[in-house]
Amino acid sequence: MELIVEDLSVARGGMAVLEGVCFRLACGHALVLRGPNGAGKTTLLRTLAGLQPPRGGRISLDREAMVYAAHADGIKAVLTVEENLRFWADLYRVDAVGAALEAFALGPLADRPAGALSAGQKRRLGLARLLVTGRRVWVLDEPTVSLDAEAVGMFARAVRAHLAGGGLAVIATHIELGLEAEVLDVARFRPRRVVTGDEDFL
Amino acid sequence: MKALLVRDLKLAVRAGGGFGLGLAFFLIVVVLVPFAVGPETALLTRIAPGILWIGALLACLLSLDRILALDREDGSLDLIATAPLPLEAAVSVKALAHWLTTGLPLVIAAPVLGVLLNLRGEGYGWLVVSLAIGTPALSVIGTFGAALTVGIKRGGLLLSLLVLPLYVPVLIFGAEVARRGAEGLSVATPLALLGAVTCGTIALLPFASAAVLRVNLR
Repeated sequence: MELIVEDLSVARGGMAVLEGVCFRLACGHALVLRGPNGAGKTTLLRTLAGLQPPRGGRISLDREAMVYAAHADGIKAVLTVEENLRFWADLYRVDAVGAALEAFALGPLADRPAGALSAGQKRRLGLARLLVTGRRVWVLDEPTVSLDAEAVGMFARAVRAHLAGGGLAVIATHIELGLEAEVLDVARFRPRRVVTGDEDFL
Repeated sequence: MKALLVRDLKLAVRAGGGFGLGLAFFLIVVVLVPFAVGPETALLTRIAPGILWIGALLACLLSLDRILALDREDGSLDLIATAPLPLEAAVSVKALAHWLTTGLPLVIAAPVLGVLLNLRGEGYGWLVVSLAIGTPALSVIGTFGAALTVGIKRGGLLLSLLVLPLYVPVLIFGAEVARRGAEGLSVATPLALLGAVTCGTIALLPFASAAVLRVNLR
């Protein structure tokens, strides 16, 4: 499987934020997106995830192979850690809750209500969700926010294991994960001329 | 689908889930009506079906903004939208979960509250039937309204304004079934129309809800 993005143009609120994005990602490889705040990393990832339609260009990616993780983890505070994971595991029909808890050292917290977790622990739970989806392509938006160094290590290990198993990952992050990943600076795809409605009147 | 239903039911019955909110509201409305209109039993008997239906409808309305807004706030909605479940199925399951936690308790509680309004003996059966057929439509229409307003913070007011006109046909036919049933008249026509409204909304609105949700998630 291969992720090919050709001449992709993405928009937010009707304004193009990135144009002419091209990359090609083979099995077992990761792509790290970089760029200043507001450069369009999240918009690009949401477009890859199919949450918004592209303005132009082509994405060759089977949606059934992709899992998306956003800034918000989608954790329900009144459910326990295990129940939260179990829900996603049932939804994706993958029974890997135990392995996912272990990979992010959540075992001792399994019966704790997710609302009682710290920000970093919540993030770990959000990332553990990736492991119960069984999906080959990970599309991750700032996955390391509020993680400490040790948890970043856990995350990097999980990504490496995922890549070793033939998976793909597209990650927007500013932290050095120690992955052998290609880096794509999205700032160079910003449209040169900002299209505004005023142009018609000139 | 089952996973989502089980999760939504669990969330509803746990602390802060809002289960019982609609039921409590229904109880309050129906208990207060005799105090407001006076203890004249003949009058209460006449207005009982209508009051019970209005109470049930408003109780349903009260919990609509929880259907999707909470999932939107914590990010689950984006993740559910990218999950293997089609969005049409997800909104149908959410409507079903809403009905099971709000509509069904109202159907069960209505006969008990009918006593407080001196509802005629013949009316109890038809009241339960009309609510059982009508409240699923309220949940499905409400889910559509929730999908329309999901991007708006504190969109409860807009949601109520959008949904109320769509609730009117259900209220007219539902209350008519209950009223005719209580007065011993034939209920066939309003019952058929009520059933048609419910079947139509269940068949069509999930597609509309999923479509507007896709636009709102962009």
